Order: sequence, then structure tokens, then C-alpha cells
Amino acid sequence: MPNTLAEKILQAHTDDDASEAGRIVRCRVSLVLANDITAPLAIKSFRAMGAKQVFDRDRVALVCDHFTPNKDIDSAEQVRVVREFAQETGVTHYYEGGDVGVEHALLPELGLVGPGDVVVGADSHTCTYGGLGAFATGMGSTDIAAAMVLGETWFKVPPTIRVEMSGELGPFVGAKDLILAVIGKTGVSGALYKALEFGGPLTAALSVEGRMTMANMAIEAGGKVGLFPSDAKTVAYCKAAGRHAETLDADPGAAYERVIRLDATGMEPQIACPHLPDNVKPVSAVKGLRLDQTVIGSCTNGRIEDLRQAAAVLKGRKVKKNLRCVVLPATPNIWRMALKEGLLETFMEAGCIVGPPTCGPCLGGHMGILAKGERALATTNRNFKGRMGSLESEVYLCNPAVAAAGAVAGEIIHPAAL
Amino acid sequence: MIITGTAHKVGDHIDTDAIIPARFLVTTDHELLGSNCMEGLEPGWIKRVKKNDVIVGGENFGCGSSREHAPIAILGAGIPVVVAKSFARIFYRNGFNMGLTLLEVGEDADRLRDGDTLEVDTEAGVIHNKTTGASVRCAPVPPSMQELLDAGGLVNYVKARLKQGVHSK
Repeated sequence: MPNTLAEKILQAHTDDDASEAGRIVRCRVSLVLANDITAPLAIKSFRAMGAKQVFDRDRVALVCDHFTPNKDIDSAEQVRVVREFAQETGVTHYYEGGDVGVEHALLPELGLVGPGDVVVGADSHTCTYGGLGAFATGMGSTDIAAAMVLGETWFKVPPTIRVEMSGELGPFVGAKDLILAVIGKTGVSGALYKALEFGGPLTAALSVEGRMTMANMAIEAGGKVGLFPSDAKTVAYCKAAGRHAETLDADPGAAYERVIRLDATGMEPQIACPHLPDNVKPVSAVKGLRLDQTVIGSCTNGRIEDLRQAAAVLKGRKVKKNLRCVVLPATPNIWRMALKEGLLETFMEAGCIVGPPTCGPCLGGHMGILAKGERALATTNRNFKGRMGSLESEVYLCNPAVAAAGAVAGEIIHPAAL
Repeated sequence: MIITGTAHKVGDHIDTDAIIPARFLVTTDHELLGSNCMEGLEPGWIKRVKKNDVIVGGENFGCGSSREHAPIAILGAGIPVVVAKSFARIFYRNGFNMGLTLLEVGEDADRLRDGDTLEVDTEAGVIHNKTTGASVRCAPVPPSMQELLDAGGLVNYVKARLKQGVHSK
């Protein structure tokens, strides 16, 4: 029987039958992840389980990226708990300080995730690795503690929604716009309990980074995973990260619950308006809205390609007076690349604030919190009420070029109109 | 278990940032998290809640981040049950793992109004609305979740597995 990508990957990790949606399967996991917010609870559960060791020291990653560099005493205490646990259990992949990056940008870069893997993380954006062809999904801390101990977890095999992408991307339009358009079509619960599987002629044209941007936001449609096939680009990406990988795709004739068709030709940059990621409009529908802050970064759009796009718009221009344009390269490696390529100089010349790799403002943690009545345009992934600060602030989501253009104009604008 | 309490209605797509905003995620303390339950929905929301009250949500309750602090905050606020039209996937797993009872009732959630007195029989899966006299039945707990509940939650399930020396390779 032809299988979807989700079914194929799960089947390779289980002795149960994963060939049909709805079946419960017990799966071996390739990697287990937690961060500075979720690991402390996982550690609490780990200890309550009576566990002394993790299932495999090389297959647990603890990344302190959310409130770091520690924003206050309480967050420093949480990181201390994670650090001590990492030392006690001998976990190899523990990151804080100068080698920490935003987890979902960092782990692919380190070659810790790849096609065909099953990855579970105590972070909802774990689905990012679907861009590499990994069945990767977010869970809560106690589920993650169980996976850390047993090296396995259970899944209900999800039905799959196929997203067929075609057409050509215009200037200043990219992966972020495609995924916002998909979420606009499905709604925030349209893929609840389901897998999104991306395919069609446009897929091959997308960079691996762009695919991760799209897979990252599968959760914003309620999805369990967002899966891309692994092709020559994926294999090359993994090779550069020091990891062997193979191609992987769904079987022709696999059964899909529904097919969403998306033609990128003529598509405008997309904006998700407050207060849900499915409130998506073309940029022309919201142009002219005054801005107080723009954020360029996060696990969605903090990679080198994103910074290049933002810098191309900001080069030779100035950020609007009194607007805060916060740029957060997602990993130390991306930071160094941006430095060498002169992107950081472009940002500084333009009047941006360049910060360290951190999730920071995306979740209203630190480094760019909004006051009452303020409005931000951000390359992040969520615009829930109060997400970036005051309950009376607003967050609009967009691609990096549009965020950069907004920083210059002081209002939402199509980059071509600058 | 039979729980009697007042219904507190909330809307569709109540996200985990509404249930417990990120600025409160600097602790794992249940009571502290509970004291800020729904602070991202409405400041001071917790003041209206008494022990054993029930949240009645709409669609996709608990969407957004994976933070287990969300079901913990609800439990910490003294709320043992959430009834909703549907639940977001990660929140659903977290709820069961933490011992928060989640009852999915579909459109019948509309028959429960804010302030109604509810008597919830979690085993029978029936919600008696004592204010209106209506009864709402919920879908049975899936077998995989029942297995976890029978084991006394995920922590106890893993504890038992460890005692048997069962490790996956």
C-alpha cells in the first residue's frame, strides 16, 4: 500500500503497524529535545519517574535559548537546574552561553537532525525539522521526560493534508508568505491532529532553510508535523552539517485526507494580523499601519538567508526615528556569517539593534517587549494577544524583507514601494 | 469522580499564552502558576474562580506552545476539569499526563453557559447542567489515554517500566 511521508517515517521506527491513519504506534525516537523553560519541568518528572540516566547521552539535546542570556534571577535558576542535570547525566548536547542558538536553527546546523528521523521536543516548533524530512513534533515536558528515559514515545498515526505548491515566487515573496497563505486557508485548527505534507513543483525550488521556515509554522495550523521530502538539496545541506542523509519521499498514490493547492504566481507578501496566525491578508490590505518595533529573527526567520533578505532592503537606508528594529541572528554560526558578509554592518549603519541569538521577544520574554498601544511587525511565528508584551499591544507577522521595509518606513509597506 | 462547580466560559482558540503568559514561566511551582491562570486572557481572571470550578472552552482549547505550565496553572488554580468543543493536540496529551481531566463535547459546549452550576461525572463522561437541567455526554477517553490513566499517569507508567528494566534501544 502506498504510504504518506508520515506513515513511512513512523513505520521505520516502530514494530507496530503504522500504515493507516488513526493507529496508535509505539516509536523509537532519534532525538529528544528540551529548552530552558520546558526542561526544568521535564527534569522534575524525570526524577519523579525514579530515573537515573537518559536512554542515550548523545541523543538528548538541552538548549537554553528562551530567556537567555538569563533575563533575571528566576530564569538563571532555571538554567542552573538544566546545567546541573546535563552534568549529572552526561548529556552531550547541552548548550548555553557562547555556543547556544535558537534550538530549531541550531540543531539542523549541528547535523543533529535529518531526513527520516523521529524527533520529539518540549517545544511546539520542534516541527521545524520537517523541513529536512524528519517526523518532528512538540510535546509537553512529561512526555519528553518519558522519551528521555525510554527512548520511545507513542503516536497516533496522523491523517495527512497534502499541500501542492506551484507557480513562481515574485520579488520579496518567499517561504514565509507561502506558509502564511496555507495557514490562512486551513485556519489555526484546520490541521489539528494531522500531518501537513508539502509537495508539488515549487517544492524543489525552495531552499532547505525556506522549507524549515514553512515546516516551523505547521503547528500554527494545529498540525502535528509539517513534512517536506528529502531531495538532493537536503542531502547537500546535511552533508555540510557533517551528516550522511538520503532522499525520501511519499509513495505515489498515497492516501490524503485532502489536498490544498497553492499557486505562488502573482502572490503578494502576506501578513498575519492580530490576534491569530490565520488572520492573513496581502500586504496591500494593511499598508500604512504605523509601527513601533520590528523584529527580525526567531526559529522561523533568523537564518542567514533571512538576514540577507533583510539587509538587502536596509542597505543604504535608515530605520525610522524612534522605531526599534531588533535583529537577532538565530545561532552563533549565523551571527559570524552575518559579520563576515557585512550584514551586521549594514544593520548597524541603518540604526538596528543587533542582539545575541535568543528567542527573546518572540514569546514576550525579553529584548523587545511591547508597551500598551504599541504595534510590532515581526518575522516570528505567533501573534496571540499579548504574545510580545502588553495585552493591549499588537503583533503582525511577515517575511524578513517586509519587516526590514517596515522598519525604514515606520509603517507596513511593500518593500518594492520604498 | 464527581465534581461540582461553576462554569467559566472562554472562547475559541484559547492559546497557552492566554492560559499562562511566558513572563510567568520562570517557575515550576504549581500554586504560583495557578495564581496567574488565564492572566493572558483577562488580568485578574483567577479572582472569580473557586475550587472545583470548571472551564468551558470552545474550539482548539490550549493551542500554541507546548508549555506544560498551562495544564499545571489550571490545576494550580483549583480547576480539575476543562470541557471544550475540541482541544489542541499537545495540550490534550499534557492535560492527561498532568492529571487534568479534559472532556471533548463538540457543539454541546454551547449548552453550558457562564455561571451555570455543573456536576461532572468524569468516569461516566456526563456533565449535568444543574442550572438548566440539561445533560451533555462526551466522547469516551481513547484507549491509549485510558491505559495511561489506569497506570496512574505517565510518570507512574514510566516508573513501572523502569522497575521491569525495560529500555528501548
